[in-house]
Amino acid sequence: MSLSRTAFRAASQLSHRQPAAASFLLPRLQTRSAASTTPTTAAEAHSLLVSQRQKRPIAPHLSIYQPQLTWYMSSANRITGVLLSGTVYLFGISYAVAPWLGLHLESATIAAAVAALPVAVKLAIKATFATPFAFHCFNGVRHLIWDTAKELTIKGVYRTGYVVLASSAFAVTYLTFFA
Amino acid sequence: MSASVLSRSALLAAASTRSSIPSAVRGLASVATSQAPPPTPESKAPRVKKFQVYRWNPDHPEKKPYMQEYELDLNQTGPMVLDALIRMKNEVDPTLTFRRSCREGICGSCAMNIGGINTLACLCRIDTDTSKATKIYPLPHTYVVKDLVPDLTHFYKQYKSIKPYLQRKDPPPGREILQSIADRKKLDGLYECILCACCSTSCPSYWWNSSEYLGPAVLMQSYRWIADSRDQFKEERKAALDNEMSLYRCHTIMNCARTCPKGLNPGLAIAKIKKELSLGHS
Repeated sequence: MSLSRTAFRAASQLSHRQPAAASFLLPRLQTRSAASTTPTTAAEAHSLLVSQRQKRPIAPHLSIYQPQLTWYMSSANRITGVLLSGTVYLFGISYAVAPWLGLHLESATIAAAVAALPVAVKLAIKATFATPFAFHCFNGVRHLIWDTAKELTIKGVYRTGYVVLASSAFAVTYLTFFA
Repeated sequence: MSASVLSRSALLAAASTRSSIPSAVRGLASVATSQAPPPTPESKAPRVKKFQVYRWNPDHPEKKPYMQEYELDLNQTGPMVLDALIRMKNEVDPTLTFRRSCREGICGSCAMNIGGINTLACLCRIDTDTSKATKIYPLPHTYVVKDLVPDLTHFYKQYKSIKPYLQRKDPPPGREILQSIADRKKLDGLYECILCACCSTSCPSYWWNSSEYLGPAVLMQSYRWIADSRDQFKEERKAALDNEMSLYRCHTIMNCARTCPKGLNPGLAIAKIKKELSLGHS
């Protein structure tokens, strides 16, 4: 490596002064093969770029990104929000159209139906409703704090994140077993 | 005559030999192997680490992207993922394609997704746990030019759109425009951004809305000029962001700050822009 390098230097220096004497060294300059290129016009290069752009894949994203509290809690916030508001809309519309469809969604009917269920099923239903509700409430408060540009460091994001998860767990336990 | 030329060339050769030694050592991403004797098996058992690298070749677009596995002995490799990539390219597979330049975290060229998180390959240590393979992908949800090279044309266009330079209404004073120490301090944590695009491509909002949402990197640079006491186009800058898509697709997910290889906080800068837009001050 270093030998061919010195020969290169010596040859290039010599070639200025003594072309004849240096000629036996010159073939060493050819040892590095140049990359082969084909000349293209600007229009050809552009059409090549366009055809390549049409076929470029999109790099993988959601499926390969490391699970982190940041985006996991954000997507949980979105999903619980959709579930809660979806439930409200669904029940509201059903309640409005119930008389025409012969459904009975009055409070008394629902209370009687729930009272007839086994305890385990009651608890499961309560937990199912309490979990998204508690999480979305506490995380909403977290977002309100963030909107004042507070707790928006990595430390703050994780601290408030764990507080939201712990308070949600407490609230779900309370709403499921004691409320 | 010819004797004097020869002796001169010998002198030059000797001089250049001396200078070529350090440069040869410096340029290697792998631990020097050709000069040093091979390590004895007793002293150093090989620590073979597997790397799985995303491959896609534009010359064969019909072939789907795939993961190619490379094995390197960590005893022979430098400490950083970029060292491993350079060694793979130099010694195993010259067709492997990636960007790199400064190898010290200031150019932003080698931004990629390593082990699931966006970072600079030159600042990311190789996980020395050889039982697990390290997976290397291009920046998420970017168009792939080849292998680990993403197309950042759109990202740069978005950066251009926020006019990332000082804008003044007063005529130039003919000397530098001064600012107080307190005002200068407001730019700390903003101006250090190297535009590697790690944060923007870690943001799920940017994944789904990159055509219109500017993304954390560009928004933080926008705030860098809004926060600059010398800039006189703050209101115009804020007005340009005051629409449904440019700024407000940020849902405070905070992947940006979590992933920034320079330890900056684009999420906080965006929150300050939102606050300025609603309150008139941050």
